[in-house]
Amino acid sequence: MADRTSSSAYWAANVRVILISLAVWFFCSFGLGIILRPALKGIMVGGADLGFWFAQNGSIYVFLVLIGVYAWKMNKLDKEFGVEE
Amino acid sequence: MDQFTLNLIVVGITFAIYIGIAIWARAGTTAEFYAAGQGVPPVLNGMATGADWMSAASFISMAGIIALAPAGGYEQSAFLMGWTGGYVLLALLLAPYLRKFGKFTVPEFIGDRFYSGGARLVAVICLIIISVTYVIGQMRGVGVTFSRFLEVSTDTGLYIGAAIVFAYAVLGGMKGITYTQVAQYVVLIIAYTIPAIFISLSLTGSFLPQLGLIGGYAPSGGDVAMLTKLDQVVTELGFKAYTSESANMFNMFLFTMSLMIGTAGLPHVIIRFFTVPKVADARSSAGWSLVFIALLYTVAPAVGSMARLNLTTTFWPGAVTGSAFSAPALSIADIESKPELSWINTWKTTGLLAYEDKNGDGLIQYFNEPAALVAANKALADATKALTDAAEGADKAPLEAAVATATTAVDAALAEAQLGGQSMAAQGLRGNELTKIDNDMMVLANPEIAALPAWVVALVAAGALAAALSTAAGLLLAISSAISHDLIKGSINPNISEKGELLAARVAMSFAIVVATYLGLNPPGFAAQVVALAFGLAAATIFPVLMMGIFSKRINKEGAIVGMLVGLVFTSLYIFAYKGMFFVPGTNWLPDTPANYIFGISPLSIGTIGAVLNFASAYIVSMATKAPPAHVVELIESIRVPKGAGAATAH
Repeated sequence: MADRTSSSAYWAANVRVILISLAVWFFCSFGLGIILRPALKGIMVGGADLGFWFAQNGSIYVFLVLIGVYAWKMNKLDKEFGVEE
Repeated sequence: MDQFTLNLIVVGITFAIYIGIAIWARAGTTAEFYAAGQGVPPVLNGMATGADWMSAASFISMAGIIALAPAGGYEQSAFLMGWTGGYVLLALLLAPYLRKFGKFTVPEFIGDRFYSGGARLVAVICLIIISVTYVIGQMRGVGVTFSRFLEVSTDTGLYIGAAIVFAYAVLGGMKGITYTQVAQYVVLIIAYTIPAIFISLSLTGSFLPQLGLIGGYAPSGGDVAMLTKLDQVVTELGFKAYTSESANMFNMFLFTMSLMIGTAGLPHVIIRFFTVPKVADARSSAGWSLVFIALLYTVAPAVGSMARLNLTTTFWPGAVTGSAFSAPALSIADIESKPELSWINTWKTTGLLAYEDKNGDGLIQYFNEPAALVAANKALADATKALTDAAEGADKAPLEAAVATATTAVDAALAEAQLGGQSMAAQGLRGNELTKIDNDMMVLANPEIAALPAWVVALVAAGALAAALSTAAGLLLAISSAISHDLIKGSINPNISEKGELLAARVAMSFAIVVATYLGLNPPGFAAQVVALAFGLAAATIFPVLMMGIFSKRINKEGAIVGMLVGLVFTSLYIFAYKGMFFVPGTNWLPDTPANYIFGISPLSIGTIGAVLNFASAYIVSMATKAPPAHVVELIESIRVPKGAGAATAH
């Protein structure tokens, strides 16, 4: 397919990956860690409530996985579109 | 061997390693000086970024800030999420594209993308304000650590620290700094985690502090969660519960966001991603950076909560098994006689901790004074001061009457205030007797509080120095490259030779060290607030302009310049309004208390609003003016695709 190699299709795919990743980034930190904490008070992670745990530890783990998945996905996209170095 | 000798040996060995690396990694070209010749493997760059990023504030202060926050430890989660979540933004939105651009400095990208020397100059100004304010805190951190552990004055400590940074930063440039930072990372992470592991084991029985945080409290059998125990103990003493909800969720949201986009916009962090060989490496390197940073940041909340619990049960031994009041408070006799409590007086001499037996019962009662009592005590202190300051022969009767009234008010407040189900007056209390406990003490004193071996104490000293020195070096490089590359080569003397520019970079670096040392010796009295300014400005100026430069083809030079200036002016003014014009005490227009904040937004959180205004004004101005020229659109298209990055070019 011709458009598979075009740089605008590559950019559109890149932006989609970024938007999905940012949604996860926002949900775990601002969502679970701050806004939803009062609503989720009843759910415990060990000795801490879910929101507290996400704010102090959980969201950092999610960030790590997120960057890992993003880097892997982008490397795959680079190859697919033939734009890798 | 005594503690001092041990500290000297451990710190001496780490310094010898740093100097050794500097000699091995001398920079011979500007590409090596600015970007380590783009030959740093992603994992090592991740470690170096970790050390570069984790400053004296992260290592020394953060756990203490979380532990002792009056609003509870949860509210301070903004630091934990903000200072890590920024790396997600860096990896996704900035690092790969800026690496593809393949030049040496942040202002250089802004100048090329917005085809304007003016935009580049505004970026240089923002960069210098951000980095200089940030470096002051690091130099202070070096001085404080030296004075506590190596028995020299804070000033002497500062000179020694400056000399070490001078040796490896001026000689090695980015190359020397990077490889030194790798060593510094190893030192600081070991120094941070070892005491944390010991404390977690003793308090929760869990080897991993991350699991200890959510584990059971071991000294009372482990069936009560450590955090529940902590909440119980501190609320008994009148403090806000450690896990209590944020008083102002909107402000916490903005503060977290401000720290995140501020992190992504800090020039000394961004330039680290210019050092890796490829675009794909910039992405993975951001991931590795966060791995190494997360090792400390996931431990920090455990350190904070456990240090708070340890501290509280030290002063209320009864709290270990039951209520804080089930046994008498810690006695002065115990502090003076028991070796495991000798740290209290050691730290008292540094001024970071203070106690005062106000009611003369020989015990130190540590608790939170209710607001009414604090106000009454302050009124009494003011009235007493007015009386003692009164001129000879003046009519003292009204002043004496004022003191008597204030004393009655304090007695009334004490009769009103409750502690442990009884009024404070009934228990003979006059007020909280642990009168000062500094945030900065918590991490540094942790090994002593937990009675760890002497070598651990020495290691923490070396770790704190590594954290402060590595960040200072990274900042100094960002400043010197902005001067030699953006100002001298970019506008004053574009025809400067490679050798001339390298020399200029070294001179600029030396100059930056002298300025940083001077500011460290004569801190403008606002060391804590300036970090807020640095993050606020990075969030409101650099981050938006870089993001728009990459993700929009329409934002032009007029929009970028207006956007940066709006962000810069708005954010500085809002901070100055509460903290004083250029932080000069007494020149603030509005009192620095939450009741006076507009919509409850603290000056620390304003960077987010500054960023929004930057985006909005840049967009409006760009739409009203001419679109960027064709060669700039080509530049944007080329940085969006990894292919063809290659080595960076000088020009």
